[in-house]
Amino acid sequence: MEHEHTIKQYGIELKEIREQLLEMGGKVELMISDAMKSLVERDTALAEATIAYDHQINRMEVEIDDKCLQVLARRQPAARDLRFITLALKIVTDLERIGDQCRNICKHTLHLNKEPALKPYIDLPRMAVAAATMVREALDAFVRADADLALKVCSDDTFVDQLNSQIQRELLTYMMADPSTTTRAIRVNAVAKCLERVADHATNVAEMVIFMVKGKDIRHTA
Amino acid sequence: MTPQPAATPPELKAQARELNFHYGAFHALKNISLPVYNEKITALIGPSGCGKSTFLRCFNRMHDLYPGNRYGGEIRLFPDDVNLLSQEVDPIEVRMRVSMVFQKPNPFPKSIFENAAYGLRVRGMNKKAELEEKVETALVNAALWNEVKDRLSEPAFNLSGGQQQRLCIARALAIEPELVLFDEPTSALDPIATASIEELMLELKEKVSILIVTHNMQQAARVSDYTAFLYLGEVIEYDDTKRIFTNPEKKQTEDYITGRFG
Repeated sequence: MEHEHTIKQYGIELKEIREQLLEMGGKVELMISDAMKSLVERDTALAEATIAYDHQINRMEVEIDDKCLQVLARRQPAARDLRFITLALKIVTDLERIGDQCRNICKHTLHLNKEPALKPYIDLPRMAVAAATMVREALDAFVRADADLALKVCSDDTFVDQLNSQIQRELLTYMMADPSTTTRAIRVNAVAKCLERVADHATNVAEMVIFMVKGKDIRHTA
Repeated sequence: MTPQPAATPPELKAQARELNFHYGAFHALKNISLPVYNEKITALIGPSGCGKSTFLRCFNRMHDLYPGNRYGGEIRLFPDDVNLLSQEVDPIEVRMRVSMVFQKPNPFPKSIFENAAYGLRVRGMNKKAELEEKVETALVNAALWNEVKDRLSEPAFNLSGGQQQRLCIARALAIEPELVLFDEPTSALDPIATASIEELMLELKEKVSILIVTHNMQQAARVSDYTAFLYLGEVIEYDDTKRIFTNPEKKQTEDYITGRFG
């Protein structure tokens, strides 16, 4: 059974940080799907709205950082609480970077939408769904302190990496067949790279969750 | 890759082995086995009444002063591997090797000099030059010399609380003990005096081994190399301080250090 903190306010502060991180995670997940939707459906207005939305993510990063610093300064957290706070400080950075990657996708989308479609997008939406699922599962693992789910997220990264390589190869054939597609192909490739980075950030979060749960650092061990 | 040389384990200064202690009918310490490493600081933490001060006091036979107390098991002191609790061992001899600093500064109603020289006089040292030399060394080691060198004949009570506590530490150090016991040495001091005592402990551990009881968990985290968590007379967990405060093994330990106890 989980005991409560003797100082109730301390428990409330940790709970608030946890909830805000989840809220931030939900927002970046929405950004990933909106960014992809704006590309696939050639919806320029949605791309612009998503770029603007990134400010909310940045603001949340600042707020959560501030709350973590307050807890560090005032509560001197130890053990599980210490691991949670240091983890929160890092997760928030990864989430903010995911937001940046979505904004980058939308910037490419604005350019791509001005030109004829290069090809129907098949693998990119699959990649986006996989990356968004990884983000959601990494945060679920964080909330439930579920190391097994976090491990699954780490291994799912391979699938996203494979899709990225596949997209690169395919785009190469387009560029070789018709060099006039090069500019667009490079942009589409950049979008794939953004999604690949999103999945990497989700993997970072998952690795940190394993650390929080087991107290064992598995980073850079593969 | 060249294999890392195996880390040499620290040398033992003392070792409690299946130590039991009774205050009359009350079983205060239950089968405690715990190492105290040489030139390291070992901290004892735990809620009030868990037995940490009782355990500390076994090390210099303080409990002998009251009738009805019983020891079981042993505390070996190294390098000579003698059992401190043995009836054949004179408690006065034990206290010459294992000295103690208490919670509240308790200087004797004597001069600063005589406080620091007290243990030496008990030991029979009378030569003025020798006493002066030992007292100076003790006061230097207790980081008090510069503040008192011109007023050694003043009453010890003229000193501030933090200075009085450092005088008590000097008194404990003058007899050149091998192990110094600190029983909540800073709980009656302000943060600055506390910091200077903590700094002093870190310097002292180059010469002596230290066992400290503290209610201030951050203090244990700051100064100690090893930490034992005691509860209801038992050692729940003992490990490197680093591990205890970042990732303890036992849930009870975690609940205590994260403030979830009770």
